[in-house]
Amino acid sequence: MISGDDVVTLSRLQFGLTALYHFLFVPLTLGLTFILAIMESVYVMTGREVYKDMVKFWGKLFGINFAMGVTTGLTLEFQFGTNWAYYSHYVGDIFGPLLASEGWMAFFLESTFVGLFFFGWDRLSKVQHLTVTWLLALGTSLSALWILIANGWMQHPVGAEFNYETLRMEMVSFADVFFNPVAQVKFVHTVAAGYVTGSMFVLGISSWYLLNNRDIGFARRSFSIASAFGLASVLSVIVLGDESGYTSGETQKMKLAAIEAEWETEKAPASFTLVGIPDQVEEKTHWALKIPFALGLIATRSVDEDVKGLKALREENAERIRSGMVAYGELQRLRAGDKSPETRQRFAEHKANLGYGLLLKKYTNEVTNAGNDLIMKAANDTIPRVAPLFWTFRVMVLSGFTMLFIFGMAFYYCATRVADQKRWLMKMAVWGIPLPWIAAETGWFVAEYGRQPWTISGVLPTHISVSSLSTDQLWFSIAGFVFFYTVLLVIELYLMFKYVRLGPSSLHTGKYFFESGYLPSTRTLAR
Amino acid sequence: MFDYETIRIIWWAFIGLVAIGFAITEGFDFGIGALLPFLGRTDTERRVIINTVGATWEGNQVWLVLLGGAIFAVWPPVYATLFSGLYAAMLLVLFALFFRPAGFDYRSKIENPAWRNAWDWALFIGGAVPPILFGVLVGNLIVGIPFHLDHDLRSFYTGSFFGLLNPFALLCGVIGLLFTLFHGAIYMKWRTEGVIHERASKAVAVFGPLLLVLLVLATAWVIFGIGRPEITAMPSTDAPSNPLNKSVLAVGGGWLTHFINHPWMLSAPALAVGGLVVAWLLAKQTPSAGAFVASSIGVSGLLLTVGFGLFPFLLISSTEPNSSLTLWDATSSHMTLALAFWITVVFLPIVLLYTRWVYKVMWGSVTEAKVLQDTHTLY
Repeated sequence: MISGDDVVTLSRLQFGLTALYHFLFVPLTLGLTFILAIMESVYVMTGREVYKDMVKFWGKLFGINFAMGVTTGLTLEFQFGTNWAYYSHYVGDIFGPLLASEGWMAFFLESTFVGLFFFGWDRLSKVQHLTVTWLLALGTSLSALWILIANGWMQHPVGAEFNYETLRMEMVSFADVFFNPVAQVKFVHTVAAGYVTGSMFVLGISSWYLLNNRDIGFARRSFSIASAFGLASVLSVIVLGDESGYTSGETQKMKLAAIEAEWETEKAPASFTLVGIPDQVEEKTHWALKIPFALGLIATRSVDEDVKGLKALREENAERIRSGMVAYGELQRLRAGDKSPETRQRFAEHKANLGYGLLLKKYTNEVTNAGNDLIMKAANDTIPRVAPLFWTFRVMVLSGFTMLFIFGMAFYYCATRVADQKRWLMKMAVWGIPLPWIAAETGWFVAEYGRQPWTISGVLPTHISVSSLSTDQLWFSIAGFVFFYTVLLVIELYLMFKYVRLGPSSLHTGKYFFESGYLPSTRTLAR
Repeated sequence: MFDYETIRIIWWAFIGLVAIGFAITEGFDFGIGALLPFLGRTDTERRVIINTVGATWEGNQVWLVLLGGAIFAVWPPVYATLFSGLYAAMLLVLFALFFRPAGFDYRSKIENPAWRNAWDWALFIGGAVPPILFGVLVGNLIVGIPFHLDHDLRSFYTGSFFGLLNPFALLCGVIGLLFTLFHGAIYMKWRTEGVIHERASKAVAVFGPLLLVLLVLATAWVIFGIGRPEITAMPSTDAPSNPLNKSVLAVGGGWLTHFINHPWMLSAPALAVGGLVVAWLLAKQTPSAGAFVASSIGVSGLLLTVGFGLFPFLLISSTEPNSSLTLWDATSSHMTLALAFWITVVFLPIVLLYTRWVYKVMWGSVTEAKVLQDTHTLY
């Protein structure tokens, strides 16, 4: 047993808190930068000042959000080292260069150009400024690309092998890491979810202006851009859903089975459990309402492949643990100096399962001597808790489809030019503003909680990934994060609400609702 | 293309380069934050000071992010040991840094004097605390850190937070702060006119000699008061990274002997002292470009002195010398170093080019007239 369970639990709690908190700001940044770039493109093409005002006003809100993204992002970079030191040693060879690439290609790009975006209006030509805005948008999405390649590798670690001399995973193929199918799917799914967040934000706030009959021309244009971009994005999120990546990688299969609360293997064509009450103790799902064929289509994009259930996967994992025990034993022999061909051969045969052997470290340091009871315990650990995954996944999907409806209607009514007569739709858009955040946070939870008990699927268990810390140290840091993050969130929301209420009048151009030059007749000019 | 030994040395140099980039760019940002409440007395004066870095501080901060990321990529055990061992110190740096984005972006969004004053002090904390702690960190790199690696290469830190605050490290912390104040004041002077320019000039005149005196003191302390470990046996320089395969003697020939044995290394301290003295002398003149370049050279010399002095060590263990990490046994694999090398070779020039362009676009004196005119677009 390497470290106290409390340290592991608190480290996970802290990581979850800080990552979920960071993810309140990231999706909005991803989406708003693209919407700003689109609005500014329209401005440069048409030369109409209202589009410039739109870029500046939504840009102000973007700025308030961006500051928090920067603040909370730094935490995550520090945290791998501070709290997950053994993880950093064990997979730094793969994970580190991905983070460094993010620094070189993305952070510099977005952070250098964000200053010009705000302060460069009078110093740059129209086209130059537009270029800066596009580079800013490109930078934010590139950042998502690298971090999701890193995360995709945690879900499905390809292109790397364990080196017994350095006691860690080492990269053997960068191409495999970069083109990891799980990473690519995750990237598309997550950035598109970000674009949805930005769109919902603009759509909802614009609807609020329209409902209050103010700044109509401004709000209507913002509304239509958000509805078009939002519809395209929400379709990408749903069609290119994350779950299509759940077939590659053993833990991904386990996650999929847990999301579906599918205890027994479903024969093809697998049916999908719409709702039910998962029961971890009895290992079945009560009151399940099933849709025939659907799971097979979602998971395998086919009607003739099985989708494995949790119990079958657990049996496979018990076998892998046994093989991992052999690998662990051979590793100790290799390290003690026995480098005979037989030892190497046996290690090579079993090393893919070394991580499964490490699962036993939670219960014993004598990994090679573990009895059947411990093996079954460890195998049981490979089944994540089903109910939280089952429900968060459904919340995410429900949020997604609700937004599909909102954007679909908004786009349709924009196209038929009656959107601002549909008060029900605008009200729904205002109340729908939290939906993308709910979807993003639950989606993060499904992806990360569903990977437990691993930090790196099948390679490194969570409980040996942590730093050698005391619970006091963890309570100190958690208290610090809770305090600073709460204060900052209150301030951020206060500013956000203040500027949303002020609306484009905050630009002091003299043309908008709270200003002397405001002409309600712009309503008729707006179209 | 390069063998393992060569690329290990190249990466040692690259990390040094990123650290220098961080010290130069964040150095003046931190200094300006720390000087803000003192050199700016009215709200307009403070806005002038903030706007000298308003458009560029975010890009500068990426040097810190990159430094962390590059160490993670290139020296994973160093990243793991340093960040987890110095847990409280790292978190204090982080918490202090929290004040900066919000301080810059939120301060001028509301026209309430109490609100703005509060954020000015937040920017002060965000500017003053990190350089002190980074100085303390460098001090501890020199005296060594109480840590060891177990059989599984898991790192254990056996000291306490207050153990980090030993007298020598605290002296280094003060030096860190003084450098940023000096460097920041030079930059501020460069970018302003009138009363703030005058005050910044005075600050440079005061901080320069203080910094030099403390540096001499620290140097004497290192030479006469601190031992330097020595490697007695190690595998070849292209062996797989495993820090436990070498033997280290806790106290070897000492720091001065190390430099005397490699006389070319003395160029680094010469560069440090020369740069800082020239910066101080040039600072009496306007424009300040010369002084800024000289103080940048000075801090580069300082970091090189520390790097050369430690070479080939990266982290010295004060409790189990054999666990010390060196650039021969604490790097990533050959493939990862090569990959990161090519990414750096391609992207470093691109980053420098567009950063230069952004500075060029935003260049010019920041004056009270300008910030008063642009109340809604400037900070």
